[in-house]
Amino acid sequence: MFRRLPEDARALVTVEVEGRTVAVPAGSSAAAAALIAKLGYTRTSPATGEKRAGYCFMGVCFDCLMVIDGEPSQQACLVTVREGMRIERQLGARRLG
Amino acid sequence: MRTYDAVVIGGGIVGAAIGYGLAKRRVNVAVLDEGDTALRAARANFGLVWLQSKGDGMPAYGHWTRRSTELWPDFAAELADATGIRTEYEKRGGLVICLGEAELESRRQLALRLHNQAAVYDTEVLDRAALQALVPKMRLGAEVTGASYCPHDGHANPLLLLKALHAALKSHVAAYLPDAPARAIAYRGGSFTVETPAGPIAAARVVLAAGHGSAALAPALGLSAPIRPERGQILITERLDHFLPLPASGLRQTADGTVMIGATHDNPGFDVSTTADASAKLAHRAVRIAPDLARARLVRTWAGLRVLTPDGCPIYMESATCPGAFLAICHSGVTLAAVHAVDLAGAIADGALPARLAPFHPGRFDVSKAA
Repeated sequence: MFRRLPEDARALVTVEVEGRTVAVPAGSSAAAAALIAKLGYTRTSPATGEKRAGYCFMGVCFDCLMVIDGEPSQQACLVTVREGMRIERQLGARRLG
Repeated sequence: MRTYDAVVIGGGIVGAAIGYGLAKRRVNVAVLDEGDTALRAARANFGLVWLQSKGDGMPAYGHWTRRSTELWPDFAAELADATGIRTEYEKRGGLVICLGEAELESRRQLALRLHNQAAVYDTEVLDRAALQALVPKMRLGAEVTGASYCPHDGHANPLLLLKALHAALKSHVAAYLPDAPARAIAYRGGSFTVETPAGPIAAARVVLAAGHGSAALAPALGLSAPIRPERGQILITERLDHFLPLPASGLRQTADGTVMIGATHDNPGFDVSTTADASAKLAHRAVRIAPDLARARLVRTWAGLRVLTPDGCPIYMESATCPGAFLAICHSGVTLAAVHAVDLAGAIADGALPARLAPFHPGRFDVSKAA
């Protein structure tokens, strides 16, 4: 469903999306990396268990919350990829302990 | 002119609970409400159904509150049956968590003082180990010394309670009239006429339960509403895995997992703005109690205005000059919703307040203050 624009000639950065290595253009957001990796849903709702994924991609809807480098509840659309970044689904409510 | 047996002025939790109770008794009742801009404490509420700190200096308030905590389980079940809306009410007891020995000693003194005035609380003072046993998943801060625990306390979702009460009014064919604030009330020949933007409404009985709006409307009915606004500010976190199985004063985890942190007390007048200073104080204390909360994200803060009487206890009265006019004021609309719907609405339907409500008459504020 999502394809990169053909004229995109940026350098690639390697990240891990749910344990899978994916090369994405430098400057992409972690949410874009999840799309490129064809991850599908990126979290499950803590209230209903429903599968959810990014919706607005501009920091408003909070539907793209993911665990990034071990830190939960990150808005993946607002985080820019770095070499070696670990991007994981956030399943249910986060644990504090 | 539309005519009812009774009209309740105020569609917040207090007015809606009384209106619901009247409708259940087959009183033909209308509940008049304001619009979205109402200063609605019901929408800012923390959601405790709370006994353990109520009634110091007024034992009748302790008894009345205990009665409401006894009625709440059936009240919540009945609302859910009538409307399909669950208020998320839980009664597992409630805590006041203490930092340092002085706070714990002060709680111990309060529990003793309250017990000596009314034996309704059954409050226990727990040391740190006993508290930890009640909240095994919560890591306690180093300064936590213990807590007071009252088995009658609980919590509910105040927004769902308000929604359920409004829905229940409809299910009992009572009229709920939004955007119909009472502008003026006239009493003539044993009947009341309420002027509203939606037209005049006539009733043989009127219940003034309009929160802050009651102050302006009370005098014309021979009622007395000496109230002032007190601002309370609340923080709420993202949804977290459940770690707090029972509510604490100022810290409760909702059914959906968010953690509410409250509440402040200050007096800026009719101002519901929030301040960074109050947010910082609330967050700081919460983290001293539960250090892991430092990693939780806050998603919102808001403020509401408590409807406060001079002694903090409710006011109930019937007018001496306009028989059939009643006044109900409190800042504990959630806690008292059950007793308002059952006992208070029952008394109003019968036409007179019982003797046990006499201590709540605002005449108590008229006593000479001479030293």
